[in-house]
Parts: sequence; C-alpha cells; structure tokens
Amino acid sequence: MNKKTGWIEITVGMLALCALLALAACSKKEEAPAASPMADQPAMAPAATPIDPATVATINGTVKFDGPAPKASKIDMSQDPGCKGMNEAENVVVNGGDLANVFVYVKDGLGNRTFDVPKDPVVLDQSGCKYHPHILGVMAGQTVQIKNDDPTTHNIHPTPKDNREWNESQPPSSPAIEKSFAREEIMLPVKCNQHPWMKMYINVVKTPFYAVTGKDGKYEIKGLPPGDYTIAFVQEKLGEQDQKVTVAAKDTKTVDQSFKPAAE
Amino acid sequence: MVKCRVGPGRLRALRNPPRHPRGTTLKAIATTYNRGHHRLAVILACWTFLLIIAGALVTSNDAGLSVPDWPTSFGSWYKIPKLVGGVKFEHTHRMIAQGAGLLTIIFTVWTWRVEKRRWLRVLALAALGTVIAQGILGGLTVLFFLPPPVSSAHAALAQTFFCIAVAMALFTGRKWVEEQPRVEFDQRRPSLFTLTLLSIFVLYVQLILGALFRHHGLSWWPHVLNAVVVSFVLAWTAVRALTAYPQIEAVRRPAILMLSLVIAQLCLGFTAFLTRIAWGQNAVQPELPMVVSTVAHVAVGALLLATTVILAIQVWRHVPVALEERLPQAQRDPAAA
Repeated sequence: MNKKTGWIEITVGMLALCALLALAACSKKEEAPAASPMADQPAMAPAATPIDPATVATINGTVKFDGPAPKASKIDMSQDPGCKGMNEAENVVVNGGDLANVFVYVKDGLGNRTFDVPKDPVVLDQSGCKYHPHILGVMAGQTVQIKNDDPTTHNIHPTPKDNREWNESQPPSSPAIEKSFAREEIMLPVKCNQHPWMKMYINVVKTPFYAVTGKDGKYEIKGLPPGDYTIAFVQEKLGEQDQKVTVAAKDTKTVDQSFKPAAE
Repeated sequence: MVKCRVGPGRLRALRNPPRHPRGTTLKAIATTYNRGHHRLAVILACWTFLLIIAGALVTSNDAGLSVPDWPTSFGSWYKIPKLVGGVKFEHTHRMIAQGAGLLTIIFTVWTWRVEKRRWLRVLALAALGTVIAQGILGGLTVLFFLPPPVSSAHAALAQTFFCIAVAMALFTGRKWVEEQPRVEFDQRRPSLFTLTLLSIFVLYVQLILGALFRHHGLSWWPHVLNAVVVSFVLAWTAVRALTAYPQIEAVRRPAILMLSLVIAQLCLGFTAFLTRIAWGQNAVQPELPMVVSTVAHVAVGALLLATTVILAIQVWRHVPVALEERLPQAQRDPAAA
C-alpha cells in the first residue's frame, strides 16, 4: 500500500465512522420510548391500601414570608411578538406576607401504604408565554396534559434528576401533549428553550397528600389517615422546611410555616 | 552541514542561502499563488468566525434545544421556521454551519485540483473531516439534551476548525507562497517555538475549562485560575518574540496581536464574570450585558487561539530551533550557517 492510498483509506474510514455515528444518533431518537402516558408507568401498580373515610383527618395552614417582600423581577418578552402576557417572574411571590407557590406534601409517615393513581390528568397550560400553574403537584404515573394557548410555538423541556428527560415542541393550536413521570421527584424543573424566562416545577409524589399554597399562602391536605407525619414545605428558591405533626381520627390541625429571605 | 528541526525541502534550501546582515533567507518551495483559492480560504476563515459567534449566541441565550430535532429542524430539511425566541439563534447557527460545511467541501475539492503541496491537500481533507465531526457533535448535543462533555467538545472543535481555516488562509496566501522567508536560528532555551507550542497547549486547556463551565460541567474557578497561567505563558512568549526577533515582521505582527488580544480577553473575562456570576446568577432570563460580554469573550478567545497558532507557524518557518547536540558552535552563528 503506497502512502497516497493509505491517506485515502484513512479518510474514507473516518468519514464512514462519522456516518455510522450519525446513524446511531438518528436511530436513538427513533428508539426512544413513545410519548404516551404509559411510557413511564411502573410495570404493575400494587393495589391501594384502604383508608377508613370515617377516620380521616385534615391538615391546613398558611405559609408566611418572614421579611420584606422581594421585588418581582421583570421579564422582557420582546424577542417573540407572540408573547403578550404579564411580564413578572414568579420565583418568590409574596402578597402581604403570605407566600404563594410553596409545595406542601407528606414526606414521611405513611409507611408502605399505596394509593390509586387518579385517572384524571392534571393540566399544565401555556398562556401569555408563562406556565400555569407555576408549581404543579402530580402523582407518579398520573397523566400531565400540556396545552398551548399561545399564538406561538413553545418547547417543553423537563430536566429531571430521577425521571426520563424529554424535549418537545408544541405549535399553536396543536393537540395537548400527554406525559407522566414514573418516579418521585420534588421540584423537577421544566423550561421552554424558545422563551428562556418560562420556567416551572413539577412535583411528583407517591401519595395524594399534597397541596400548593395559593396567593393567600394557604394550603389544605385532606383525607389523611390518623398518624405521625413529617410535612415538608418546599419553595423553589428558599429550599425545604419540615414539620412533625400528629393527627388523630377526624382531626383538623393547623400547621403554619414561615420562610426567611434567602441569603445573598 | 547544518542540522536543525526543519523539513528536507528547507534543508536543501539552506545549503546555499543568500547572506543577510543578521540572518539567513530561505528560498520558498516552488508553488503557484492562486488568488481565487486563497480568497476562498479567507472567506472560509471569516465565515467560521461568524459561525463561532452564532454558536456562542446560542449558548448565551440558552437556546441550545429550541429546535428539538436533528439533523432536521422541526421535521424539515429545508423549511426555515419562524425565527422568534430561541429558534432565531439556534436555526441561524445551523444555517451558518451548513454554509461552513459547503464552503469547506468546495475548498477541499479545489485544493485537490489545484494545490501542488501534498501536505496542504491533506490539511484540507482534515478540515473536511473536522467540519463533519463538528456537525455530528452538534447533532449529538441536541439529541442527548446538551451533555456537558459533548457540548464542550463541540465548542473546542469549533475553535480547532477555525485555527485550521486561518492556517489554510495563511498557507495559500501570496506572501507564504512567494516570499523568501528570512531565517534566524533560535539558540535560547526554551526555544521560541517551544514557547508557542506551550501557549497553544495552555490556551487549549483554557478553552476546554471555559467550555465546560459554560455548559454546566465544571465550576468557574478552574477557568479563572488557568487564566493566570495563560497570561503568564502568553506574555512570556510575546515578550521573547518581540525582544529576540523584532526584525522579522511575520513573527512580530502576530506576537503584538497576541499580546493585545490577551489584554482584551482578560478584560472581557472579568466583565463576563461580573455579568454572569456576580450579578446575573439569579437572572430570570439571559440579560443583554451577560450575552454581549460572554459572546465577545468566546469570539476574542477564538481569535487569540488562532493568532497563537499563526505565531507558532511563523516561528517554525522563520526561527527554527538549532539543536545544540548536532550543531557545532562555529555553525550556530547565523551568518556562518
């Protein structure tokens, strides 16, 4: 083999390797699991542990922000004429000391109980180039229905730690995208790569005992069986705080919580 | 006989060189200057620089996955989507990249048809291989949701290709083809050529550290720490070039440019640090000062690396290393050589 032929063979070999890589990359996309609600569901969900409805308790309360209300950051949506929504960020929303968008859930105390996954989907809407709601709770395996009510294309991209990552575009007036998350994960970030200010968090839990604080900072978790629980309060910027609580049968307990401003 | 780290062609030319008061001149290897071919090489280098800026804009605007598929864009091979939001940056980057690929193919074919220097034909082929690999890396980073090692490799290979394109523009230029290069042997240790290679090495490390930080694969401090090393090595190289060989224009010019770019890059790096880390860490969206400073930092970084590569090439050509163990003392004097 002379030198010239050698070079040509090496070059052809390199190009063939590159082509194979490209082919592998393309086929990987095709082999990815179908985007159906069943894709991430566990193979066999165990039967739900029965709860006596006559004994269930309720936990409610208010989450406060202990400090001066932070000024909401302004969002500049000018890069897309299709975006005409409210231009304020929602990362820390405080109204008169009440803290909204805190995810509250029973972190511990339910043992090995299992619960039926609701058949009804939870809805995540995109309008005004923002996600509604900003904080979403969902049970593992439950369908999340994602809608686009904007006159522009959005791009939904969850970046989970424990679930499967995906990235899909959704043009205006297109059918809703339906997805589910198989594993428990708190504050799973979702973003839109077309509109970098669009961010929200999905909280995937194994139980139906969760709530998100409203604008008044209030939450309510109903239907808890009597027992000792750890209630977790999670805020995207301010972190997590836990409280222990014991509820008796038919009890209604108020568990308030407050967050301090994040250290700069 | 003079023994030094030069190719056989240059050794032949060294046998009967015309004398010069301070140094020796070499006769260039016979080849013809092709204006069109050279212009295409220059266009390719400029186009690649534009492509690097477009790529940096994608990263700084967090638009890397706004077009979720590859090699198609929203399922189409040729349709241009509505250029709004992140798509404006990502799809424009893809279109400029396609142009770079096309220019590289044309340049490679042209080179194989007109170029007599075999090594330049091989270099053109290597450029083609690099641009194909770069396209595939760009695709993989989209399909695998921007994994830091792949995205960083994509960033590093972009600047490697830019250096190749700039070098090809130099090699096809009239000056390179027709000039009789003036040669002075370098007897200092480390040699200037070694220093230029060391400069390329530390710059490349810096490029990888910076890319890993930009793509969330590493903290910022290794990049900042290595900036001190880069500044020292490049300043040493530039000062050596400017003090030892100020009379060789081909060495002096890139050395001055390299030094200027280092200073500019340090200022831009500091600004990028302020806008991205100190002030912009909790920003709800990419802000203009951060975008401008980080993109400029990437662009000047690419220019700095390419300038250093050019300096290394010119030093290799004009200031070959005289090997002490082979070169008798009497022959180390350039005039004697």
